[in-house]
Amino acid sequence: MINSVYIHIPFCQHICHYCDFTKFFYNEKSADDYLTALAKEINTQLPGKNNPVKTIFIGGGTPTALSHQQLKRLLELVQEKFNISACEEYTIEANPGDFDKEKAKLLMDYGVNRVSLGVQVFDDAMLAELGRVHRIKDVYKTIDILKQHDLTNISLDLIYALPKQTARHFENTVTEAISFDLPHYSAYSLQIEPKTIFYNRYKKGQLHRPTQEEEVLMYEVLKTKMHENGKAQYEISNFAEPGFESKHNLTYWNNDYYYGFGAGASGYLPGKRTLNIRPLPAYIKQAMEDGNPILKIDHISLKEQIEEELFLGLRKLEGVNKNDFHQKYGFSYERLYKQQILELEQKGWLVKEGDNIHLTDQGLLFGNEVFSYFLLDKLDLEHVH
Amino acid sequence: MARKQANVRNFSIIAHIDHGKSTLADRILENTQTVTKREMKDQILDAMDLERERGITIKLNAVQLHYTSKSGEDFTFHLIDTPGHVDFTYEVSRSLAACEGAILVVDAAQGIEAQTLANVYLALDNDLEIIPVINKIDLPSADPERVKKELEEVIGINPDDCILASAKANIGIEEILERITEAVPPPEGDPEAPLKALIFDSLYDSYRGVVAYVCVKEGSVKVGDRIKMMATGKEFEVNEVGVFTPKALPLKELSVGDVGYLTASIKNVSDTHVGDTITLSTNPADEPLPGYRRLNPMVYCGLYPVDSNKYNDLREALERLELNDSALQYEAETSQALGFGFRCGFLGLLHMEIIQERIEREFKIDLITTAPSVIYEVEQTDGEMLKIDNPSMMPDPQKIQEILEPYVKASIMVPNEYVGAVMEISQRKRGQFIDMEYLDDVRVNVIYHIPLSEIVYDFFDQLKSNTKGYASFDYELIGYQPSKLVKMDILLNGETIDALSFIVHKDFAYDRGKMIVEKLKELIPRQQFEVPVQAAIGNKIVARSTIKAMRKNVLAKCYGGDISRKRKLLEKQKEGKKRMKMVGSVEVPQEAFMAVLKMNEE
Repeated sequence: MINSVYIHIPFCQHICHYCDFTKFFYNEKSADDYLTALAKEINTQLPGKNNPVKTIFIGGGTPTALSHQQLKRLLELVQEKFNISACEEYTIEANPGDFDKEKAKLLMDYGVNRVSLGVQVFDDAMLAELGRVHRIKDVYKTIDILKQHDLTNISLDLIYALPKQTARHFENTVTEAISFDLPHYSAYSLQIEPKTIFYNRYKKGQLHRPTQEEEVLMYEVLKTKMHENGKAQYEISNFAEPGFESKHNLTYWNNDYYYGFGAGASGYLPGKRTLNIRPLPAYIKQAMEDGNPILKIDHISLKEQIEEELFLGLRKLEGVNKNDFHQKYGFSYERLYKQQILELEQKGWLVKEGDNIHLTDQGLLFGNEVFSYFLLDKLDLEHVH
Repeated sequence: MARKQANVRNFSIIAHIDHGKSTLADRILENTQTVTKREMKDQILDAMDLERERGITIKLNAVQLHYTSKSGEDFTFHLIDTPGHVDFTYEVSRSLAACEGAILVVDAAQGIEAQTLANVYLALDNDLEIIPVINKIDLPSADPERVKKELEEVIGINPDDCILASAKANIGIEEILERITEAVPPPEGDPEAPLKALIFDSLYDSYRGVVAYVCVKEGSVKVGDRIKMMATGKEFEVNEVGVFTPKALPLKELSVGDVGYLTASIKNVSDTHVGDTITLSTNPADEPLPGYRRLNPMVYCGLYPVDSNKYNDLREALERLELNDSALQYEAETSQALGFGFRCGFLGLLHMEIIQERIEREFKIDLITTAPSVIYEVEQTDGEMLKIDNPSMMPDPQKIQEILEPYVKASIMVPNEYVGAVMEISQRKRGQFIDMEYLDDVRVNVIYHIPLSEIVYDFFDQLKSNTKGYASFDYELIGYQPSKLVKMDILLNGETIDALSFIVHKDFAYDRGKMIVEKLKELIPRQQFEVPVQAAIGNKIVARSTIKAMRKNVLAKCYGGDISRKRKLLEKQKEGKKRMKMVGSVEVPQEAFMAVLKMNEE
């Protein structure tokens, strides 16, 4: 059963220096064409109306970069295709810079019940360094507007380990973020990805980066502050009040299926992961032609499915449940990973608790090391069959 | 087909890298219709992938061509290719010994280079007729008059004899072909005399065994003959003779002046030494052709499989490569740090790099290569002499009376404005100035005696970078001299890593030590714990750095679109670990073992 839908809106008013997502400068004509192509793709992949769905996530890019009219068109499309009243979580990403009352009202009218806000850092100079156009005052204004429209289920996103940032500086950002007392927070350490402005600067030696030691301090500051304020950590980079964990994002970490629509969007359907065409004109052309703008399909074998079950599942603080795994695959993960789990326990990175295995505090810092233990060799699966 | 010995011409081409040897060879093949345009791959003689990529010739080739001169006479040419690098000087000398003439190709803009000059002298030693060709005359920067003058002053070539050509634009090729018929003498030798065939190269073919490339100097050889290798005394029965056109073309016999190949179910390349003479068992020659010598490696290093389970694969790879390369030597050795591997001897650094690359590419074995070393001679206090090709085998300092190291005579050719830079580098490399001669108004040949070990390090790179690439360089071994040398050990996490030990001159030991611990800090990634890196002479620590402990390794963000990427990242990380070597408790990447070589001494 496929219960989740991701829709990508690849437009931005400005391009951030660290961003490697599929994005293009907003322009009215191409956004119009894009929405037409998107509708064609969704209608082709998922015919009919009022399809049942539990979570919807409209991300970007910046969905709120669309004009009022275009946003309305998008929300209408979603309303027509999916049974919104039965949808448990309907999230849209928003930028503090390009949000207003009209857009808030639209979201309310069409049943959006959660907003993910890209705040990044409470420091105007650093925002400018990141290539962001919004400023701290816009954050206050936007959250006010959202609350006025009863959009109180807000997630606030932060980025840390920014150039020149110290743990002390980040502590101020976390404190100010917490002062809004929102139900959900995400905080990611800055990754320098290829094809970004930061990457080019980094390659030329022109980008300062905090040391690993400083970054670990920031992570500790983050966890402590969140914990003190009743926001429980439930994933490596995510914190929420009980009951406000992102259902949509849990789809990914639970290794469940989801549709991915739009340029550069990824989907996970039984047996395959798909990736859509990224360049806008090519996406539009292909979607209009046959409604199937897929660039690439990775077939997911049982081996890969199991690996992903573990390396995604272990991102959650609760980890992976033995019984759930057994129910899904028909055998215990211990039959495949007994040795690895033992080694990781000895290293102090993994712990068994009840019927679950999960990362320890140290393990959270060395997630990639832990995850790579769960990659299997080709023949490993043979003896469990 | 009977043909007249008088109409045979055997020649090779001498040229510096990039001066256009391969293009000229291709053009000659085309103009004699040995190869049609359609069959032409670019640069036919450089057949091995590596050769094409690097633009160098490693293995020799010999091709038979047919040419009808302007006067209507039919000629048979044999074009014998020569490697263009100092590591392969001996092969060059052998292939020149199979010829009566050599085309000297010189770039019309750059003039003659040191390595070319060395080969010209080899050709003159072999009494070869030189046909000077000034190539690339169509380049805007071409200055053929200057090059003519240079050739006259340096080698004594008559400027009127120089042929102006552009192999690329097909200019001057006919003139070269005509000149070959006129100037190069036919091979001498008596077809009725006992067989003397020079082996100038060999390769191994899994079906036919060793294929010996031969030039018949006296007598003849045919299928069924019983032959004898004069150096090794081994005897075989010939099962095929032929020539390359460039494809192998079997013939009934090879006679005086023929350049071709011979197979005789020879299983082992070491039975067919390059330079040896083949004769008939039934009617042997009195004495072999002159000039045979066994090749001795100059540079040694340890080769270890990253994955210890691949030790036997590595042995097989070396066995296979040895079949085609009698200069490669190896013997099993054990390192505490790296486990089981081989100490291998090479003719020079290029030879070493080529073998490494072939093992990694053709046999798919990831290698750890220790820094190259020369052979040191150690006189112990008890009077015993040792030869040390592995720094970690150096005896304790108190047992050493004296250490001797090999020196080379280095000839460095540069425009005079760079003489200062060359002298500075040579001095810094412990060179002793010997001589300096002006080749013409601008070009100078500077002669130094330099320890071979310094050349093995980064001498050539530094020379190139400090002379804007103008310097060319050649060297020959001249013997051993005593030096104040010490062994430097490297400790990781308190443990001496034998594979990282190196020999260094006492005066430079502290600086080298400092540089290498800093370099290793850069090359070795953070581990789960802090790792001190130390350089020590005997028990004395002379430099130290610290690799900090890894504090985190986790991807912060992982949503729907990241999962495939995330998988690749994890797989890459796992793969990367496979390319690291656990040394004691530390994971060390391949490059770290070559760190000694990668220090910038500025």
